[in-house]
Amino acid sequence: MVPISYYLILAAALFCLGMFGVLIRRNALVVFMCVELMLNAANLTFLAFAKQNGDLTGHVSAFFVIAVAAAEASIGLAIVIAVFRSRGTVNIDEIRTMKH
Amino acid sequence: MNIELILFGAFALLTLLSAGLVIFAKSPISSAMSLVATFFFLAGIYVLLWAHTVAVLQVLVYAGAIMVLFLFVIMLLNLGESTSTGPRLTLSRIAGGAAAAGLLAVLVVAIWRMPERVETFTGAQAVANGFGTLAVIGQTIYTKWLLPFEAVSLLLLVGMVGAVVVAKSRI
Repeated sequence: MVPISYYLILAAALFCLGMFGVLIRRNALVVFMCVELMLNAANLTFLAFAKQNGDLTGHVSAFFVIAVAAAEASIGLAIVIAVFRSRGTVNIDEIRTMKH
Repeated sequence: MNIELILFGAFALLTLLSAGLVIFAKSPISSAMSLVATFFFLAGIYVLLWAHTVAVLQVLVYAGAIMVLFLFVIMLLNLGESTSTGPRLTLSRIAGGAAAAGLLAVLVVAIWRMPERVETFTGAQAVANGFGTLAVIGQTIYTKWLLPFEAVSLLLLVGMVGAVVVAKSRI
């Protein structure tokens, strides 16, 4: 039987990898993918605690996280397409209109 | 050494490896393909956690629908190799690495000091309860979580309409 802390440490490592990617990558699409990694780490934590407590609320939360991630991906990718159409780039260093 | 631990170790190692490839791959296409692999390995870990339904959803929705959307957009924008991913050590990369390592250290210490609980929930009990099966999860969603479920369906509709409005040049 695998202890619950192993799953939690794996989720923490996955979350930190995603955060590292968000901080260092400059391609907006890869940044989105790293956000998906972080969402998956959160799902893994939900499911680990659900197993520990024998409670299905964690499974329902993971279901909602997946649905919200789908909505987020559709809107985010639409914004990336709109920005690419007006600026011709997806490099977030060159998109600095909202920087004061 | 039992089989569950071996499977967990293999899936965890492969998950972290492919997640690292997502970050360090040169082209966005290989990032996306590594992300698909990460989702498959994570689905394996979900099965180890008695979450069969979530594992199937992971493969169908994440590895299927969302990643197809990502690949479609990457190919639509025709992005080649990104130029700024050389092995240079810039200040922002060092700061990002330090921030990620610091957060990981804090999380690992917090998990380490978590009060130890004796797990009473065993596999036989999970099978008896139908834990993680579609029927039981569906029953939970449609009784306790009906309003959030309907809100999510509304959210998906708004996302769909919003994506069309944002991405279309002229309506």
